[in-house]
Amino acid sequence: MAKRYLLGNEAIAHACIEAGVDFASGYPGTPSSEVIDTLRAQREREFYIEWSVNEKVAYENALAASWCGLRSIVTMKHVGLNVAADPLLTSAYTGVEGGFVVLSADDPYAHSSQNEQDTRRYAHFAKIPCMNPSSVQEAHDMMLDAFALSEEVGLPVIFRPTTRICHSKGDIDLGEVSGEHRAGAFVKDPRQYVVIPAHTRVLHKILNEKQPMVRKAVMNLGYNTAEVRGDMAVVASGIAASYVQEVIPDDVSFMKIGCFPIDGDWMQAFVQQHRVVLVVEEGAPIVEERLRQLACGVEVFGQMNGAVPKEGEFSPATVAASMVKAGILPASPFESPAPAAGLPPRPPILCAGCAHRAMFYAIKRVFPDGIFPSDIGCYTLGLQLGTVDTTICMGASVTVGSGIAHSGEMHPVVATIGDSTFLHTGIQGLLNAVYNGAEMTLVILDNRITAMTGHQPNPCTGETARGEPSVPISLEGICRACGASFVETVDPYDLTGTLQTLKAAKARSGTKVIIAKQACVITARRSGVRRGRYTVDPEACTACGACLRFGCPAIGRDADEKASITDLCSGCGVCTEICPSGAIVKEGRK
Amino acid sequence: MSSFDVLIVGIGGQGTILASNVIGEACLVEGIAVRGVETHGMAQRGGSVESHVRIGGVHGPLIPPGRADLMIALDLLEGVRYLHYLKTGGSIVANDQTVVPTPVYTQKLPMPAREELLGSLGEKGLFLIDAAALAAEAGNPIVQNVVMLGAASRYLPLKESSLKEAVARSVPAKTLDLNLKAFDLGRNAVRSE
Repeated sequence: MAKRYLLGNEAIAHACIEAGVDFASGYPGTPSSEVIDTLRAQREREFYIEWSVNEKVAYENALAASWCGLRSIVTMKHVGLNVAADPLLTSAYTGVEGGFVVLSADDPYAHSSQNEQDTRRYAHFAKIPCMNPSSVQEAHDMMLDAFALSEEVGLPVIFRPTTRICHSKGDIDLGEVSGEHRAGAFVKDPRQYVVIPAHTRVLHKILNEKQPMVRKAVMNLGYNTAEVRGDMAVVASGIAASYVQEVIPDDVSFMKIGCFPIDGDWMQAFVQQHRVVLVVEEGAPIVEERLRQLACGVEVFGQMNGAVPKEGEFSPATVAASMVKAGILPASPFESPAPAAGLPPRPPILCAGCAHRAMFYAIKRVFPDGIFPSDIGCYTLGLQLGTVDTTICMGASVTVGSGIAHSGEMHPVVATIGDSTFLHTGIQGLLNAVYNGAEMTLVILDNRITAMTGHQPNPCTGETARGEPSVPISLEGICRACGASFVETVDPYDLTGTLQTLKAAKARSGTKVIIAKQACVITARRSGVRRGRYTVDPEACTACGACLRFGCPAIGRDADEKASITDLCSGCGVCTEICPSGAIVKEGRK
Repeated sequence: MSSFDVLIVGIGGQGTILASNVIGEACLVEGIAVRGVETHGMAQRGGSVESHVRIGGVHGPLIPPGRADLMIALDLLEGVRYLHYLKTGGSIVANDQTVVPTPVYTQKLPMPAREELLGSLGEKGLFLIDAAALAAEAGNPIVQNVVMLGAASRYLPLKESSLKEAVARSVPAKTLDLNLKAFDLGRNAVRSE
């Protein structure tokens, strides 16, 4: 088939189709989201696909499909694998039938993440194979092999791309789409699928006994390669291997680790032919730890002795600097020009007309001395508005809120969480808070979609990943079922009504819930909503700056310091209620 | 053979990804290897964004600082922010406008004047384009990115016909005429060297 210029995640999705994937599930998370989004955009789809409510749910769905003989994939970002870690570790014991691939995308430098954890650790932990592509083409090719490998060894296979694989592009050779699909059939076998102690002890032994066979199968794939060219060597894994290839001298040996577990004998035979070995990998020093166990009398450089950074992402310049430290290069071929200093930053920001900004503004007005635990989503950008005091992980706004409320802290607690995040892992926290009488207010920022990761549908949307209509769940109903008695829904564009409801919540005791419901401004625009823009009456404007402090990107200053509204305005109208002089009016209606 | 490295910078929503896609597709048209990388997710929401495209690239997608042959800046401030990526003697095609970042208002930060930004970008190898005016002339302010691409096409080691074929592959069919007009207006704004 032809060459195409594709995003890493698109190439990975295409490989799934070439492999004849039967079942795909996942929870959105940058940088993994486009895999499912590409699969669900296929016009002729012969496989089942869903956006699940969280990664554990997605994992178990796909695992069960594999048990029924289907080729299955589950996708998530690295921190999502923490949520799915429970089934992951035990599914290594039960094993799989149809090829089962666990795509967990890592994010070195935490471009869009709360940490820089390394998914490869989980593969080692669970004693299952892991594939770690170094380029988009390799990601495509490995994904094809991942399904077959999983079937060969009877284990889940972890697929670990990183941000610079998922979101990089290249000219990619694609294969033919497979027309072969399977219908699921569950074959009962309690000794395999019921992990009571008597069974699981045996399963653990079987998993351990499989390991030599797994190492051999991984090696046979040909993604672990070595070339001896001198008495010094560089060993690299993942995208770092591409950077190494850009700068490595011709007389320096090169070993690339694409798949785990590593065959120790093979690695040792290579290492012992060298005087100096440098190990370059983003994330945890996983290759390096293995190599140090094997190296005898060889000088090893890597993260563990400071030759390679322990955090962040690499570049050809980083890799060259490590080669200089190891004595492999005399000097870096790269200059390091300094970026311009003193420029105003341009961080990501909530969109003009975003209802989250209006809600944060109202919360701050009613709870000026509040403590604001928050969560993972676009609304984490509320940090810039002073209304995000904590974020740890999905769903933790509610539980950090109840913990602070029970700690004796006297300031009011107002937690914020998005609709998708609430459904992901927020519900249990609310149930727990209400039952144990936490004095707090939970605001669910309900924009009907999983916006941050690219507008994936969730159970609030009323549409599945397959584009089929489904009944949107009632957040009010869920909150009442969790035991909350104060459950009020507001429209954040109605600032007056929102302020009243917040004050009512403040006056009540117990765990109060306010659902701030207004469609994401991007999806609203896409579905044809046009509200008409607002403008500033320069005669009425006193240049007080109140509207500028609101932080809307559509509001700026003109030459004489008065406020002005740009064509970014989406017409939410909230600023008209903020302006003390009534100077903001609908365009054409002065 | 080393690659011809293009850095496209701007603000999330200005269309840096489409511009880099067109260059990538044009490489396919000509049978040249290409690598690219772009900003997604959290970094997208109106924030500063960068797309790297390495024409003839066969290894990693990231352009090392000091190595870009060409920078296409959709905003002057963003051009200055990423200037250290440009190699000595590299070229800049910049949109002659800048959007004031919101923190300038909310945190009362100093905003460099246009003249200061132009001073930082330097005179050598800088070509300024009034993309807003040319896009309006083409028929829609949204095609400023394609105007910029047309202007930059004078500096790219790719044929005009390949780039136009790539535009056709990358935009919705009903907007093709608009986009090709934008491309031509941009290209004609830069004198042939």
